[in-house]
Amino acid sequence: MTSVVGQSIKRVEDKRFITGKGNYTDDIVIPGMTFACVIRSPYAHANIKKINSTDAAAAAGVVAVLTGAQMQEDGIAGLPAGWQVDFKNGDTMLEPPHPPLAVGKVRHVGDSVVVVIAETLAQAKDAAELVKIDYEVLDAVVDVVAATKSGAPQLHADVPNNIPFDWELGDKEKTDSAMSKAAHVTTLEYRNQRIIPNAIEPRCAIGHYEEAREHYTLYTSSQNPHVIRLLMCAFVMGIPEHKVRVVSPDVGGGFGSKIFHYAEEVIVSWSSKRIGRPVKWTGERSDSFVTDAHGRDHVTKAELGLDSDGKMLALRVDTHANMGAYFSTFAPCIPTYLYGTLLQGVYTTPAVHVNVTAAFTNTTPVDAVRGAGRPEATFVLERLADQAAHEMGIDPAELRRRNLIPPFDGVEQPGYETQVALVYDSGNYEAVLDKALDMAGYDDLRKRQEEARKEGRYIGIGLSTYIEACGIAPSAVVGALGARAGLYESASVRVQPTGKVSVYTGSHSHGQGHDTTFAQLVSGNLGIPMDDIEIIHGDTDQVPFGMGTYGSRSLAVGGSAISISCEKIKEKGAKIAAHLLEASEADLEYADAKWTVKGTDKSIGFADVSLTAYVPHNYPEGLEPGLEFTSFYDPANFTFPYGAHIAVVEVCPDTGVVKVERYIAADDMGNIVNPMIVDGQVHGGITHGIGQALLEGAVYDDDGQLTNGSYMDYAMPRADDVPTFETARTVTPCPHNPLGVKGAGETGTIGSTPAIVNAVIDALWPLGVRHIEMPLTPQKVWQAIQAATN
Amino acid sequence: MGVRISVTVNGTIREHEVEPRLLLVQFLREVLTLTGTHVGCDTSSCGACTVLVDGQAVKSCTMLAVQADGADITTIEGLASNGELHPIQKGFKEKHGLQCGFCTPGMILTAWQILDRNPNPSDDEIRHGLEGNYCRCTGYDNIVKSVKYAAGEKG
Repeated sequence: MTSVVGQSIKRVEDKRFITGKGNYTDDIVIPGMTFACVIRSPYAHANIKKINSTDAAAAAGVVAVLTGAQMQEDGIAGLPAGWQVDFKNGDTMLEPPHPPLAVGKVRHVGDSVVVVIAETLAQAKDAAELVKIDYEVLDAVVDVVAATKSGAPQLHADVPNNIPFDWELGDKEKTDSAMSKAAHVTTLEYRNQRIIPNAIEPRCAIGHYEEAREHYTLYTSSQNPHVIRLLMCAFVMGIPEHKVRVVSPDVGGGFGSKIFHYAEEVIVSWSSKRIGRPVKWTGERSDSFVTDAHGRDHVTKAELGLDSDGKMLALRVDTHANMGAYFSTFAPCIPTYLYGTLLQGVYTTPAVHVNVTAAFTNTTPVDAVRGAGRPEATFVLERLADQAAHEMGIDPAELRRRNLIPPFDGVEQPGYETQVALVYDSGNYEAVLDKALDMAGYDDLRKRQEEARKEGRYIGIGLSTYIEACGIAPSAVVGALGARAGLYESASVRVQPTGKVSVYTGSHSHGQGHDTTFAQLVSGNLGIPMDDIEIIHGDTDQVPFGMGTYGSRSLAVGGSAISISCEKIKEKGAKIAAHLLEASEADLEYADAKWTVKGTDKSIGFADVSLTAYVPHNYPEGLEPGLEFTSFYDPANFTFPYGAHIAVVEVCPDTGVVKVERYIAADDMGNIVNPMIVDGQVHGGITHGIGQALLEGAVYDDDGQLTNGSYMDYAMPRADDVPTFETARTVTPCPHNPLGVKGAGETGTIGSTPAIVNAVIDALWPLGVRHIEMPLTPQKVWQAIQAATN
Repeated sequence: MGVRISVTVNGTIREHEVEPRLLLVQFLREVLTLTGTHVGCDTSSCGACTVLVDGQAVKSCTMLAVQADGADITTIEGLASNGELHPIQKGFKEKHGLQCGFCTPGMILTAWQILDRNPNPSDDEIRHGLEGNYCRCTGYDNIVKSVKYAAGEKG
């Protein structure tokens, strides 16, 4: 049988989605279910003086009206941060309480205050209109730099200057010294704007407490049900984990926003116990905009020092990172360990230093959004690289080439140790740059650009040679860096008596196609048809444990765990086969789903061995019956996918409209299991990054109102905003995981944002435009052209 | 007070008494339990709730159930016939036109209208036709290819 690994197998999960038979959380109906409406703060910063719910409680169909005070009485604690980043001086990170229902004070528009539960959603919403909340409005602060200034409104009693931690990485002295000797210093000061994740399925949660067995079930649109269970049980509700089941069925996109433990998961679980009935909360898009954790929102000053040949000597970065009103689950690690550590890029820069100041503001909490820290780091580096090239009159591709880390495979040649705490696994950065340049027809493009300029047309070519870190691990290292969880993954492979295989994975699929990719892996490993394999995920009662899906980790970490379990299956199977074949284990070989005595035609099939494992009448002495293994795989290192992206844009000088003409992505994600799925991931990632470059951005007014909190106001890429994508890959396997894979879910987003911005600046450079703040809307581009030319 | 409506959904006449404020999408999802039609926004911007009403692609969150009285509606559950996938459904599978699947029913029914109006659309015409539907996963490239595939199959 030809292995299916590496083939573009059509997706197993598609049938249910294209026929309307998906099972998303909001599709679930439980007998006796009630409906919750969460009343949210209309103010960014206010004291709650009084809540009067008398009329609401008496309204038709209302079952309960509950507040933060009642939650506190029941001993429910705040939502915890899952990562601790201490101050530079060693002081402990300041982690203010984050009550699921506000107590005494609200800190951002959308902060949850009251929950109204009724027989129908319409009744809950009607009654919510009757709840009277008296607020004493306070001054708000929304800008991250302003929040740290003296006299700024203070969000939390125990967080002076709104700063919960600061952080640095790299050798400051060495960097300052190298910078002072640089022949040329390129400086950029900019905002990496706040983006709103906007998975198309709004979040949903159903709590179901069963008194008779003192048991909770939480259905939730989450990327990692086990983590939600752990956080909710151990940190928030103080309930035993074995009495809680968390189910995340089909989930309609995550992009990071569904990693985190949200207030509503606690609200529905707690209130279900209080009222003795299931409680469903379904977010509306307006809820999503103000409660799903946002992404990015950095204010950065970055300097790149180069010698006169364009060789990078020093990189110095200072960033203020907006945390929003509270810590979301992984917030502290995003602008630190997923940002500062990536500032080496693919370059040999010998001195790098980054300083980060985090601050709370009266805005929605900020956490991981597709790429998470790595897009921000790549933006710093790739904008600087392009800018320096333009300033120094060196071609941007050539400047990059002069600075690339030489090839290394991580086996014969050691991994590359960066100035910012990482050891890259393997890479051939020049090969992927060459591939991209070749695909683009780079030299011809530059000629075309020249000719177009003579006709008054502004074509821009933007490069981005990115690297990122996926499969965040190993646990011991991330623990030392402040993670409050391990970052391994589990997989149970259960061979059924008939030789069919059920795989229970701790990874969660919300679009990534695990039902297909993981089945390909198992089929490739055990030699059985994909039809004989079922992938099960998203249910804490079925899957032993799991850390979920984020950071492009599912294949590298979750897939590796599956492979290891498959190896154990074959090891035990060989003992049974040897017994049945009356041969020595050492004389057996496994291929095409059967064990054969080498050099003979004596063999026994996988299904016969499986049946024997469960009907052990004729069985090796001392061997346990059954054929099932669980593995926990904790990787030795991150994986480091990389690539070179090239965007070609045309900017209309009269209107400022940017048209993306071509987009070329040459990536290296190590070995590939399903090229079709990987291409799909790359396409989606690129589009997300184009969204940030050209269209997206949260706009808060000074009072902390999100002024573009709907799809009428917040622009995301639509079908005619993006081109057909040109993708290709080089393959440099990861040396430290059994599959040699790296990760593909975020590369597009990481590479594309700076490529697009670089392309626009490249187009307008002759006009004198040097920088435009994202998103590069027609208005901003037009204004920049006017400012530069008038 | 409820209002009595009679609607043909996927070939079956469904008669129900509904609240006047009930949206068509709520009628489909909650009353008829046809949960393949999804709700992705509250401003008729995302297209996840798109269904066919008398042969027109309609965002079912923009229409009240009572307005559908007497109409002939096709939802994603009704598109395949006799167990045979519609060419557009096939196209989405063949060309990897979906990832999380949430926008997919709306995309497929919008594609149905694109091809109904123009059996052989160009890439640009497909992209223009899909403008009312958000997808956050695919970057649209493979959706365009899926619709092209379907056009080829139908043609």
